[in-house]
Amino acid sequence: MAINQNDIEKIAALSRIRIDDTRLADLSQRITAILGMVDKLQAADTRGVEPMANPLDAVQRLRADEVTEHNQRAEFQAIAPAVENGLYLVPRVIE
Amino acid sequence: MHEHSVAQITRGLREHLFSSVELTTALLARIDDLDSRYNSFVTVDADAALAQARAADALLAAGDAPPLTGVPIAHKDIFCTRGMRTSCASRMLDNFVPPYDASVVQRLRDAGTVTIGKTNMDEFAMGSSNETSLYGAARNPWDTDRVPGGSSGGSAAAVAARLVPAATGTDTGGSIRQPAAFCGITGLKPTYGRVSRLGMIAFASSLDQGGPIARSAEDCALLLGAMAGHDPRDSTSSERPVDDYLVALEDSLKGLRIGLPREYFGDGLDAATGAAVMAAIRLLEDCGASLVDISLPTSELTVPAYYVIAPAEASTNLARFDGVRYGYRCKDPQNLYDLYTRTREEGFGDEVKTRILIGTYALSAGYYDAYYKKAQQVRRLIAEDFSRCFDSVDVIAGPTTPGPAFALGAKSDDPVSMYLEDVYTLAANLAGLPALSVPAGLTGGCPVGLQLIGRHFDEARLLNVGHQYQCVSDWHLRAPEALTGGQP
Repeated sequence: MAINQNDIEKIAALSRIRIDDTRLADLSQRITAILGMVDKLQAADTRGVEPMANPLDAVQRLRADEVTEHNQRAEFQAIAPAVENGLYLVPRVIE
Repeated sequence: MHEHSVAQITRGLREHLFSSVELTTALLARIDDLDSRYNSFVTVDADAALAQARAADALLAAGDAPPLTGVPIAHKDIFCTRGMRTSCASRMLDNFVPPYDASVVQRLRDAGTVTIGKTNMDEFAMGSSNETSLYGAARNPWDTDRVPGGSSGGSAAAVAARLVPAATGTDTGGSIRQPAAFCGITGLKPTYGRVSRLGMIAFASSLDQGGPIARSAEDCALLLGAMAGHDPRDSTSSERPVDDYLVALEDSLKGLRIGLPREYFGDGLDAATGAAVMAAIRLLEDCGASLVDISLPTSELTVPAYYVIAPAEASTNLARFDGVRYGYRCKDPQNLYDLYTRTREEGFGDEVKTRILIGTYALSAGYYDAYYKKAQQVRRLIAEDFSRCFDSVDVIAGPTTPGPAFALGAKSDDPVSMYLEDVYTLAANLAGLPALSVPAGLTGGCPVGLQLIGRHFDEARLLNVGHQYQCVSDWHLRAPEALTGGQP
């Protein structure tokens, strides 16, 4: 399936990645080539086949509802781009 | 001293033939001298390594030291190392110093290893050539104009160049086995769930597995014994007990049934590579194994299925890199959307962005069934092909790659031809099976790998077959010519 530049802009917005206008043509060409290769899947007969999410068909294990982690906020925030009073700083969201 | 295997090092240290400080010092000097050629390390911490080596020597002197005490190794820069930068070879994490160790790092430290440093890789493990690294490509020690393979290219190059006896790697679609094949060394991708993924930066969570890269199957067995085992902090880690990989090495191959998939020896396989692999398989036959013709009819669907599933999982995993909690943040964000989108534009390289976009597309409304669900159904068909074959054979053998290492730059502009490099390795990840690559010859001066795929949790058998092969062959002992002054 061919992907046009509008499609790329839409997916990029969903992916939260800014794409420079000068890159759109090249990217749509690359992605179209990859999706062309991937389209071979459509020919496979998968009627009645259960999708496989985990190669061992394992299911999520449960554990006892206990506190297992101790507070390491200071250590984690020491590597953050911007923090103040224990809070992560981002640009103003609510005016 | 740099030629010693892990097994030789553990013996030499215990017999006090040399100390861990002597060995570590020698390897650090060698990295200093030679690694400008290979670019295999992105971080080396000599002071920390020597401190660990001194502690190891003290433990060895006192007796009762854990099995790998004093053995210097390197970690792929995808494993979190407390206090040591873990970059994933990405601008996004170029400044990231993790506050904790990956379970693999912790286990190998508990086993006594000395961490020399962190190795180069494709950015976020997305690549088959190591060319997508922020720090530039690592180079193949057999021919520095060629790629070392990827994504664990730095680990493979460092082990091949005798800069370290062993290193960790990760394998999502061949990222341990393909660079091992290209660099003439031995690499094992364990069964999904055998090795904890905690602290191993996620690419595709249902496919990723950490594993050892070394020069022999015996050394891989020593490392895997320390790396494998249940980790309550990784919910996909298996509770199955870990086998004794060392004991199994010596088993005879008499009666072993080896399946040769027709599809792995057909069009697309370089003739000299195929001939080397067949010669290796004949040697296994001489050891008492029997060969069985098998078919994996879904083989042609592995590349398409993988390049939906892996990008889809990557697009969700990499959503965490948002410029808020750690890693790169763009300058002067105007608003939250601008913060996210510019941080990710500037922080990720082109291949990573391409895969996130494909994954987002495959998961988006209207396309999910056609791409993601379809690929997951095909994944089951691929897994069922293998289960059927394992009713009649014990291991499956074939080439690791379609040919030897290719030239730097040869495929970097053509994503589809790069993806097809992984045609023989992807299936083991999709089916969750363990797979080993061992050196099986040279073509045009470059190494060729024999791949052995086993049943789930049958690592002991793979290592056994690899070891028995290495008892009757010497490809794993060959070093690149540049290191031996023309004596391969």
